[in-house]
Amino acid sequence: MRRTVGALLRKELLVELRTFESVPGMSLFAVTTFVVFHFALNRSSVEGDLAAGILWVTLLFAAILGANRLFVADADQGGFDGFLLAPVDRSAMMVAKVLTMLAYLVVLELVAVPAFAILLLGPPLGPALPQLIAVLALGDIGIAVIGTLVGALAVQTRARDLLGPLLALPLLVPIVIGGARATAPLLAFSHAGGVPARWLLTLGLYDLIFGLIAYALFDFLLED
Amino acid sequence: MYGKGLRSLSIVTVAAMALALSLVFFYAPLEAEQGFLQKIFYIHVPLAIIALCGFVVGALFAIAHLRTRDSSWDMRSYVTIHMSLIFAVGALITGSIWAKGSWGHWWVWNEPTLVSFLIVFLLYATYQPLRFAIEDPERQSRYASVFAITAGAFVPMNFIAVRLSTAYLHPRVLGGTSNLPGSMRLTFMVSLAAVTLLFVTMCKYELTAKHTRAQVRALRRRLVGEDGSPARRGRTAVPAVGTQAAGRSGL
Amino acid sequence: MSAVLVLAEVPALPLNEAGKYVAAAYIVLVIIILIYVSIMAIRLSRIERELGELLELSGAPKPEPEPAALAAHQESTPA
Repeated sequence: MRRTVGALLRKELLVELRTFESVPGMSLFAVTTFVVFHFALNRSSVEGDLAAGILWVTLLFAAILGANRLFVADADQGGFDGFLLAPVDRSAMMVAKVLTMLAYLVVLELVAVPAFAILLLGPPLGPALPQLIAVLALGDIGIAVIGTLVGALAVQTRARDLLGPLLALPLLVPIVIGGARATAPLLAFSHAGGVPARWLLTLGLYDLIFGLIAYALFDFLLED
Repeated sequence: MYGKGLRSLSIVTVAAMALALSLVFFYAPLEAEQGFLQKIFYIHVPLAIIALCGFVVGALFAIAHLRTRDSSWDMRSYVTIHMSLIFAVGALITGSIWAKGSWGHWWVWNEPTLVSFLIVFLLYATYQPLRFAIEDPERQSRYASVFAITAGAFVPMNFIAVRLSTAYLHPRVLGGTSNLPGSMRLTFMVSLAAVTLLFVTMCKYELTAKHTRAQVRALRRRLVGEDGSPARRGRTAVPAVGTQAAGRSGL
Repeated sequence: MSAVLVLAEVPALPLNEAGKYVAAAYIVLVIIILIYVSIMAIRLSRIERELGELLELSGAPKPEPEPAALAAHQESTPA
């Protein structure tokens, strides 16, 4: 199982490195969105709740863009059929895709968070950085799981570009709630202590539950 | 036979509904804070609870479908989710009316039940478009079941998350169901039972109607031959239903 | 006795603001049910019509036709 996942993961990352389909687009989208937010909100610097909200909404939409493309190559070019023929555990594909999505999100955040800090963020990011990374990591897992599940669901439908975001956004609301609430005190001028544990627990619980569900259900999406 | 027992069920539903409404308007006392407006509570909250349970039951039916590959489970899942969506709309509208009466706004963000309802509604509103976008019936049922299970797990998760996010900010606007005096609790329980029966009756009704339609179509095919019946419906979101006595126990 | 006294004090109908909202909420319930009833009624009439057609078809005398007449009959059956 681990070897299968490793092989699939290598393939995904190789394809991405050669074609640059997803990650540059996602990152560029995020930076552009920050600019749009500046004009839409007419603010030069944001902090606290507002900053957390802008960051998470941008990350969310960029992630959805990436999730949409996750299965397109497989569906259009017979990747599913090829995989089904191989004598391997089918859930390996799910794990590999989640890890791929996670990798995309990490790269996205490596670009987007500094960009955010430079462009829009008022308070300095330094002291809160470790906690921010923890919150982002938890949120990323959830986004990756849901993105993979919804991507697989939507890719076989007719209106896949529309249906993907439509399905993913409500499902990701708890991540937004947990992530934004957890991040808000980190991005405030007055660092009022750390992240309330409540939100980390929410994110963790969400990741666990939907990770298990996606793992159990993914098989059913692959059959022909 | 989906329709078995439908008659007695509907009679019981009517009786329960009549009893519930009488209790609401003639027996339950006026509440101290909100006065007469509080009576909406007896219709809004049961609608909400039943809709949520309906979504979860739809997920359970979907699990049965994926395990047994029997399409009658998919039909039950589809009907239950459909009906729950309608009840959810009812809950949203009555909740909005209540908010308008209490606060003067048609929508309040600090009432967690209402907010998580909106999110759940938005999620399940995609169920039908998802089905409609998949042409192959077997795949449609399968994907719909995966969605139903995911969404069913989402409902309690979402509830928790929204509750947490509003809990420490504002007091609950519309009040909860704890600390109810006895007479109010009785009225609430009866209303809950009545709405549950209404839900089950309507679902059974819907299943029977769909099954009947399928039987008529099968009969037409038998009598007239294959070319007599209209071409297989093109694209549709409705699951196909078998014509054998699929519903052994009715619902 | 006190219950009767209380009832005597309660106004015939609460025509203040709250009454309208409560009425609206319960009317929503009624409308939902009635819309459903009308949808079912439409379906029922459609089924009745189809069954009527099928009854005609099945009750029709067993055709002893030349192939041409049989084909013509099937053509004219609404598809």
